[in-house]
Amino acid sequence: MNPLEAALAPPLTRPIKRHVWGGVAALIVWWLVYGRLEALAHWLTYSLMGLTVGSHLAGAVEFFIYEVPKVLMLLTAVVFGVGIVRSFFTPERTRRILSGRRESVGNVLGALLGIVTPFCSCSAVPLFIGFVTTGVPLGVTFSFLISAPMVNEVALVLLFGLFGWKVAALYLSTGLVIAILAGWVLGKLHLEKHVEAWVYATKTGVADADEKLDWVLRIDLGLEAVRDIVGRVWLYVLIGIAVGAGIHGYVPENFMASIMGKGAWWSVPLAVLIGVPMYSNAAGIIPIVQALLGKGAALGTVLAFMMSVIALSLPEAIILRKVLKPRLIATFFGIVALGIMFVGFLFNALL
Amino acid sequence: MKKLQILGTGCAKCQALTHNAETAAKALGLPYELEKVTELSAIMKFGVMSTPALAVDGVVKSQGRLLTADQIKVLLF
Repeated sequence: MNPLEAALAPPLTRPIKRHVWGGVAALIVWWLVYGRLEALAHWLTYSLMGLTVGSHLAGAVEFFIYEVPKVLMLLTAVVFGVGIVRSFFTPERTRRILSGRRESVGNVLGALLGIVTPFCSCSAVPLFIGFVTTGVPLGVTFSFLISAPMVNEVALVLLFGLFGWKVAALYLSTGLVIAILAGWVLGKLHLEKHVEAWVYATKTGVADADEKLDWVLRIDLGLEAVRDIVGRVWLYVLIGIAVGAGIHGYVPENFMASIMGKGAWWSVPLAVLIGVPMYSNAAGIIPIVQALLGKGAALGTVLAFMMSVIALSLPEAIILRKVLKPRLIATFFGIVALGIMFVGFLFNALL
Repeated sequence: MKKLQILGTGCAKCQALTHNAETAAKALGLPYELEKVTELSAIMKFGVMSTPALAVDGVVKSQGRLLTADQIKVLLF
């Protein structure tokens, strides 16, 4: 073996077997621990720490000890799975699928692909240019750009973990509908002239070939996603749940009913108005929002607040300003905000 | 001489990728030159939509990932 080959040997000879057995073992341990978290939190709170049943402090402590490991474990499992799914959908491939699509069908596809295509808001600008200069209609590009941050795995896991599957499904479906409709409306408005002129003049090349991926690499990508995403959000989860636990234990029942309850019609627009410029990842905001819901806030209002925080933010507007003129940014934010408000009103009226 | 290009507008991940690419090239003892491509129009010419990306001798080998030095070694042939 020459020195070059020797240097390359370790990454090339990783056997798939090790990955499979490691994965099976991890899954069994995960399952065994996850099922016992509630009992463990109960034991820690009342037996080990000896807190009084029914006290404010005990309520807050038990909530915290139970929710933190639960959410982090769910997050790890789902982020890993999504990381593997995403290894099948590169931005490159998504662009090929969307390029030259008619609107409507394109909007639906764009919103759906926004969920599974790896996306980081730091790449929003090159992605936007890459899409619109290679035949993806502007409205379809927007459907993608709305759904990608809004419907993300972190938000879904937290919603599922803290609210249950119904709210998670509600969020997923209404998020998709907003992305589809807002993109469609933006396409109909023919706003191409409000895209910075140099964008359409940019010559976009075609990256040579997709990376060749085998399963060992896909599993590695899943693990990379866990390290990256869980490593980034765990602190927010911790802080969010701590604040949520405080609200849970100390804020009186129905305290929120007057401010964020169904009776106050203005609560939905206000929630969106406050939420849009805010920038917080889903991990920090959802546990707090869950605690508010328990104190009498209405689900529609809470959902609207959450969506506006996650989907739109001031930093995003600043990033997009590179490629979009102010009027288009304002229209984009306005239409999405209206859609979110509509969802808020709808669920306050229905539920 | 290998030509390594790091494509990205200067985010933290781009810095880290630059460092890993240099480590990989040095570990293999390859002569190399390294260029940071930060202009958007230049990045778009490569057809790259997610940064950071790594090109070797003008060919895009990876995008949107922060590769480790070991992963980059394989790409340097």
